[in-house]
Amino acid sequence: MSLSAEPETAKRSDAGAATAGPPLIEARGLTRILPGLIPVTLVRDIDLVIEAGEFVAITGPSGSGKSSLLYLLGLLDTPTSGEVLINGLPTHLHSEAWRARERLSTLGFVFQFHFLLPEFSVLENVMIPMRKLGRLSVAEMRARAVDILSELGLGDHVGKLPIQLSGGQRQRVAVARALANDPPVILADEPTGSLDSASSDQVFKTLRHLVDDHGKTVIAVTHDLDMAARMDRRLHLVDGMLADP
Amino acid sequence: MPLILSIALTHVGGRFRQSIVSVLGVMLGVGFSIAMAALMEGSQRDFIATLVDAIPHVEVTDDRREAAPPPAAAVFDAVNVIGARPDDDTRGLRNPVRLKAMLDTWLPGEMAASLSGQAVLRYGGKDVAVALTGVDPAAHLRVSNIGDDMQAGSFMDLAADLNGLIIGDGVADKIGASLGDTVAVSTSSGAVRRLKVIGLFHTGVTQADDATGYTVLKTAQVLFSRPNAINRLSIRLDDVNSARAVAQRVERMTGYRATSWQEANESLMEVLMVRNIIMYTVVGAILLVAGFGIFTIVSTIVHEKARDIAILKSLGFDQADIRRIFLMEGLFIGIVGSVLGSALGYGLSVFLGSLEFEVRTNVELTSLPMHYSVWHYAIACGFALFSAGIAGYLPARRAAQLNPVDIIRGAS
Repeated sequence: MSLSAEPETAKRSDAGAATAGPPLIEARGLTRILPGLIPVTLVRDIDLVIEAGEFVAITGPSGSGKSSLLYLLGLLDTPTSGEVLINGLPTHLHSEAWRARERLSTLGFVFQFHFLLPEFSVLENVMIPMRKLGRLSVAEMRARAVDILSELGLGDHVGKLPIQLSGGQRQRVAVARALANDPPVILADEPTGSLDSASSDQVFKTLRHLVDDHGKTVIAVTHDLDMAARMDRRLHLVDGMLADP
Repeated sequence: MPLILSIALTHVGGRFRQSIVSVLGVMLGVGFSIAMAALMEGSQRDFIATLVDAIPHVEVTDDRREAAPPPAAAVFDAVNVIGARPDDDTRGLRNPVRLKAMLDTWLPGEMAASLSGQAVLRYGGKDVAVALTGVDPAAHLRVSNIGDDMQAGSFMDLAADLNGLIIGDGVADKIGASLGDTVAVSTSSGAVRRLKVIGLFHTGVTQADDATGYTVLKTAQVLFSRPNAINRLSIRLDDVNSARAVAQRVERMTGYRATSWQEANESLMEVLMVRNIIMYTVVGAILLVAGFGIFTIVSTIVHEKARDIAILKSLGFDQADIRRIFLMEGLFIGIVGSVLGSALGYGLSVFLGSLEFEVRTNVELTSLPMHYSVWHYAIACGFALFSAGIAGYLPARRAAQLNPVDIIRGAS
């Protein structure tokens, strides 16, 4: 299977072993306040634990802090107070460069809009994180990118530019790019928010496949309660705080 | 190709027209800077070479920088001496044989003794005042290029003719004399001799051609009524740039005023220096303007690519990576502009050097004198790259500091 760099069996045994060690992602008293004349609290006192292999939905009304929480868990934003631990390691003590490195190797992002680099081909877009990490040779990177794209049903589109693809295809390319460095965690911010129902279903199945067959941990922000119900766990936010769904 | 470079080049290629305009700005700036520097330094060197060829590198005259103290001051321990008569000294360099022998031991070059003074040439009812110099022709040819400037006759002909006279073609024109004519030469001492024009020279320097004449030293000593005297020692050095140091040493040893060619033309050297400052200021301004072009294009790209910056950061690019991408864009434009500008500068220099003009002022110019130096290229390209670096760095720093979350929220 191509979505993981390691064999599936090893991946599954890792996922199982992770439950014995520290949790994959942990938030302790996570608070994010936007400074300004009138400070805005995005999330407040969030405590949560996400284990490896979970498919977690973050739901809540608009402005409840779903995306903000995702960005904090994904080290894209820094908390005003509290901390995020990945594999038991506190992240707030490290530099911006260290957190960037962590995003590169441990976390994969998928956004509501695909955010592919328009001048690069589908293949090149998927290869960007691999080239940045620099662990593989160019041939290996190319082969892995083609494998991932084929796995996601995009094997015939590797040489195309993003503009030549449909919305659903672009979003699947974004998923492929998020998987490029075989990160254990995929963070998805409204991954189906801009897609029609058929494409949404396709993207959801892809994410589900990553969790079930590849042992990935997927944390997805969604408005779609039906979709959230099909995930393993649901975190519901109201006014920046965790609440009962 | 490294990832950062390929992203940078993709950005620049994405705004092809604007990038070309920026490259053209740098290219023209560098090209014209190089051509201008080649022209300015070429003309300066040509001017100095003409100047240095026309005059001795160091000239020792019978003056002193400070007036000699009255003899009484050496005898009496007085605060001031009033009413003492100055020593009735005869002008000229004393004991020239000993003087020359003393300098001969260390002087890195050639020297020639001469006696100069004012004289009036009369021919066919026309008078012209000239600076008449009595020389040893062989020695004088070693310190001067007058031999190359001879239009008629040979400078060495003086050695065989005590009544010979060599004058500038301007002098000859003024009095209507030509080769073989005999002119009357009179000096302030009252002596008059009839000398035969055995040579004409043309240096290109009007001042020399219109008011200078040469005869043999002995004849000059008779005309100026100063037997065995010389009042000038002309020195031509192996290294023209050592003139100032040599002049100082000669002056310390002999007490006579020794003037280097730089000192003799100090105001001119200052003018040339000011001219160079103006040139490099203009060159700097041109390249600075080119830098603004780069700043504009990179700033525009940063603005347009804000979303890409956010996504690259989410993929794991840190601030330094983002900064490098946009800095590289500025430098890429700077490098391409500098390479093309260097070629343009060379082409312009060759073209300007090939133009021929008929200009007759103080110095004749038949073509524009160009000086080719790798330093012109290094300075122009260095400044272009520096301004490109600054122009790229400022927006690059801004790009690196962009908060990806803000951009992603904006895009959502």
